[in-house]
Amino acid sequence: MRAAVVVFPGSNADAEMIHTLRDVCGVPTTVVWHTATSLPPETDLVAIPGGFSYGDYLRCGALAKGSPIVAALRNHADRGGYVLGVCNGFQILTEVGMLPGALTRNLHLRFECSPRHVRVTAKGPFTPRVGDVWQLPIAHAEGRYQASDAVLDTLTQSDCLALCYSTEDGNISDSANPNGSARHIAGIYGGPRRNIFGLMPHPERASEAIHASTDGRVLFEAVLRLS
Amino acid sequence: MRATVVVRLKPEVLDPQGDAIKRALGKLGFDGVKGVRVGKILEIEIDQEHAAAPDLKQRLEKMCDAMLANPVIEDYEVRGLE
Repeated sequence: MRAAVVVFPGSNADAEMIHTLRDVCGVPTTVVWHTATSLPPETDLVAIPGGFSYGDYLRCGALAKGSPIVAALRNHADRGGYVLGVCNGFQILTEVGMLPGALTRNLHLRFECSPRHVRVTAKGPFTPRVGDVWQLPIAHAEGRYQASDAVLDTLTQSDCLALCYSTEDGNISDSANPNGSARHIAGIYGGPRRNIFGLMPHPERASEAIHASTDGRVLFEAVLRLS
Repeated sequence: MRATVVVRLKPEVLDPQGDAIKRALGKLGFDGVKGVRVGKILEIEIDQEHAAAPDLKQRLEKMCDAMLANPVIEDYEVRGLE
């Protein structure tokens, strides 16, 4: 397994992502600047970290469309390569059309920075066990997932709705939803083999003993076992 | 020449920012405000050569589809070619 972390101007969670992949999980990890036109050879997993790419101008993630690396990212995903988008990375993946829907302003308008629980609702490359409840931190102002009812139904029916905000006991409810996301969505799959995963919580900030939780490690270890 | 593009949230998309502005207007004593929706105006300067092209409006619409508006949550309108 080889990983690449794509850094955009304004990414600010890239150091944690690189550290988690390289030092915590022991994966050879290359850092790729957004102006690159190709990914390193034999890249299996591409991670797009959190932050404020292009200052969140126009809409979060929108200006990344113009970055040269996006075409290579799309080819990688079309071939079945794994792509992980965390927070702003998730916003970028929806803006470039690699994942459906949009991430909009939190319902209560506040930047929400807190530990949260999420429950795995579909098995996939990044979510090995349905029913798992993970404690992961969130840190965003635009995390309210929105899509048409038809898209939401398709996500549910195709096992792409994979991560929902829940209580510590795993109850998915309004009171556990920190941003007003449709169907309490925290993370979804897309791509030809459900090989693209986008989520608002930060698994890379919950992967070591020094963190409040190590549940995020499950996500990385699941995908790293696959190739 | 300058083109004006108006980008609005689709009517069915909740606008918590607009709701907050509506409440704040009430607090300032402005009664009768039934609703507020927040959108964007983009003023786009076009050079002479491209301004004269017959497909200018279509090109502006393509810009909207490609980046200026997000079709999942927003509608757009190209107006005021002046």
